[in-house]
Amino acid sequence: MQLLLKGGRLIDPSTGRDETLDIVVTDGRIDRIGKGLSGNTAQVIELRGKIIAPGFLDMHVHFREPGYEYKESIASGCEAAAAGGFTAVCCMPNTNPPIDDESIVHFIHARSRVALDGLVDVYPVGAVTAGRKGEHLAPLAELSAAGAIAFSDDGDPVHDAELMRRALEYSAMFKKPIIQHAQEPSLTMGGVANEGYPSASLGLPPMPRIAEEIMVARDIRLAEYTGGQYHVAHVSVAQTLDHVRNAKAKGLPVTCEVTPHHYTLIDEALSSYDTNTKMNPPLRTRDDVEAMKAGLKDGTIDAIATDHAPHSYDEKEVEFAQAPFGIIGLETALGLAVTELVRKNVLSFYELVEKLSTNPRRLLHLPAIAITEGELANLTIFDPGAEWVVDPSTFRSRARNTPFGKMHLVGKPIGILNNSHAFWS
Amino acid sequence: MPLHSKHLLGLDGMSREDLQLILDTAVSFREVLERPIKKVPPLQGKTVANMFFENSTRTRLSFELAERRLSADVLGFAATGSSVSKGETLKDTARNIEAMKVDMVVMRHSAAGASHYLSRVIDANVINAGDGSHEHPTQGLLDMYTIREKHGRLHDLHVCIVGDISHSRVARSNIFGLKTMGARVSVCGPATMIPRDIDRLGVEVYHHLDDVLPTVDVLNVLRIQLERDAGRLFPTIREYRQTFGITRGRLEKAGRVMTIMHPGPINRDVEISADVADSEHSVILQQVLNGVAVRMSVLYLLSTRN
Repeated sequence: MQLLLKGGRLIDPSTGRDETLDIVVTDGRIDRIGKGLSGNTAQVIELRGKIIAPGFLDMHVHFREPGYEYKESIASGCEAAAAGGFTAVCCMPNTNPPIDDESIVHFIHARSRVALDGLVDVYPVGAVTAGRKGEHLAPLAELSAAGAIAFSDDGDPVHDAELMRRALEYSAMFKKPIIQHAQEPSLTMGGVANEGYPSASLGLPPMPRIAEEIMVARDIRLAEYTGGQYHVAHVSVAQTLDHVRNAKAKGLPVTCEVTPHHYTLIDEALSSYDTNTKMNPPLRTRDDVEAMKAGLKDGTIDAIATDHAPHSYDEKEVEFAQAPFGIIGLETALGLAVTELVRKNVLSFYELVEKLSTNPRRLLHLPAIAITEGELANLTIFDPGAEWVVDPSTFRSRARNTPFGKMHLVGKPIGILNNSHAFWS
Repeated sequence: MPLHSKHLLGLDGMSREDLQLILDTAVSFREVLERPIKKVPPLQGKTVANMFFENSTRTRLSFELAERRLSADVLGFAATGSSVSKGETLKDTARNIEAMKVDMVVMRHSAAGASHYLSRVIDANVINAGDGSHEHPTQGLLDMYTIREKHGRLHDLHVCIVGDISHSRVARSNIFGLKTMGARVSVCGPATMIPRDIDRLGVEVYHHLDDVLPTVDVLNVLRIQLERDAGRLFPTIREYRQTFGITRGRLEKAGRVMTIMHPGPINRDVEISADVADSEHSVILQQVLNGVAVRMSVLYLLSTRN
C-alpha cells in the first residue's frame, strides 16, 4: 500500500522543518520526502494548502471504559480521537474500576488494539492513590511497568500534602509525572461555578479561583523538595500560571496544559444555566482567558489537552446543580485552536503543532515523532483554512455534550496515519 | 399590552415596562380581594400545576389562593410521596404533568436555574416560585408592590436588605427589580454571607447596621437559616442577634422612621425583635396579602399572552 501526499506544508518541530514537500508512505512507513515526487502505484492525495504534522496527542481524555461504556467506550473514544486528528491519547483513571491495578492497564491496551485496528495509541494514566480515594498510594511501580504513562487522581485532587509528597518522591524513581487536578477541595465543596459576578447573580454555589492557585503553589514546593515531576491538568486561573512560570524559571520539571474551553469561553456563558457550560475547573473570567493565551504564547503552557469528558444525553438533561461536570472536546479541539489561537495571532501553526504533539510527548517521555525517511508514519493532516459549523450530531464520539454546537470554526482535520493504518475524516 | 416574556423566571433582565405592568395590574386584583365575593373568572378553564420540590407553606398557599381566585383548576404536587422520591428526573415529572394538558406550571425547586431549565423542556407557562439561591420573582414583586403602596413610589427610595445575601433568592429578586425601578439598594450582613462581586449588581455593601440605617427608607430583613453551615458562616445565633438583629433600640439610635419588611417565616428575636415585627411601621402582613394580588396579576398576564 503506497500513498503519495502531494504538495502539503510539512511542519516537523523534531527537525525544525516547515516547507512544502511531497511524502511517499509505503506500508505505513515514510519512504521518500522531496519535491515533485511521483509514485506509479501510489494513491495520490492532493494536499496543496494543507498541513502535515507529527501526530497529535491529547494527553487528557476520559474514555469511560471500564464502567461507563454508555457514555463512551475505548472504541468510540478512539474514533472521536481519529476524527479530531489525534493519533494518540492519554486516558484518565476515573473509570470503574479505576486504573489503580495493572490488570486495568492491560485491559485498556487490549481494547485499544482492536479499536480501528490499533490506529490510535491509547496511553493509560494510572491512579495516584488506591481507588482514587486519596488515602494511600496505588501500586505505582506495577502500573508503570504495565505501561501507565503518568499518574493522576484526576477529577479529585490529591489533597493530603504528605501523600502528594510521597507520590512525587515515589513516581520520580521511574520518571513519570504526577498530573494534578489542582483544587483545594475545602474551598470548592459543593461549588458549580466560578466565584464572581455570574455566580453572584445566578445564585450558583461558587468555586473560588484561589482554590486552584494555592494547590499549585503547594504542589510546586513539594515537587521542588522531592525532585518529582509535576504537571498541572487543565489550568484555568491567571495566577496559576505565575506559579508555573516561576517554577520553570527555576528549572523545575513543572509543566501544564490548558483546555480549548478555558481559552475560549468565560463564566458569563453560564447565564442560561446550560449544563454544557458546567465543567471542573469552571469557566473563568475574561482576564483568565487572556492569561491562558499569553501563557500559551510565552511557553508557560506546554500543551493543549481537551479533558474530553463524555456524558450521556440524559445525564446533562437535568438541573444545573445535578448535572455532571465536563464536556467533550476531541472533535472540536483543532478548530478551536486554529480559530482562537492561530487566527488571533496567539500561536503560529508551527507553535500549535508543538502544543498538540511535540510538547506533550516530551513531558510524557514519549519518543519524538520524526517525519523523516525510514520512520513509521505517525501523521496528522489538516486543512488550516477550512470553515465549518460544529454539528454535534455528526460526532464519532458516543456523547454530544458540547457547548460549541453551531459555532463557526476555521481549521479541520483531514486525516491521520499511524501504526500502518489511516483514517480520513 | 402583554408581557414580553412567556414565563416568569426571574426579575433579572425584566424591563421597567413589564414590572410596571405587573404592579399596576395587581392593584385591581388587590381591590378584588377586598370584595365580599373574592373570585373573578379570567382563568376559567385553565389548569395550573403547582410543583413544589421544596417545602413551602406560605408561597404555595398564596399561589393556590391566587389561582382559585382567578377560577383556575389547580393541581397540587409536593415532592414527598411522589415519583421524584423514586428517582424520576425533573424533565420526566414535568412532561408527565404537562401531558395532562396543564396550561401553567408554578415551580419551587432547590436548584438555581431549575425553572429556566423547565421552560426549555415544556410548552406551558413557567412561573418560578423560588429556585435555589437564585430568584423568587413573585416575592420581589410583592415586596415592590408593598413598598410602592406605602411610599407611593420606588425610585429614589433607599431599600436595605439585611441578612444572608449569598443564599437568598429573595435578595436577588429584590435587587434586580428595585434597581430597574430606580431605587437605591444596599445589602448589609456578615462578610461571610455577602457574595463576592455583588457590588456589580449595583448595590452598596455594608457590614455594620449603624452605618446604613440613618439613610434607609425600607428595611427588608431576611430570615436567618439557623442550620446553615453549622458555625462556618457566623459563629452563634447570639452573636448574629447582637450584630445584625433588628431591634427597637437599634432603630431608635438610627433616628429615622423606616418601613419594616420580612419575607417570612420570622425567627422572632433572632433577626428581628418581636416589638419591631409587630410595630406600626411593619408591613409584614400586608406583604402576605399583596402576595396574593401580585400572583394573580402574574398568572393573569401570562395567561392572556397565549
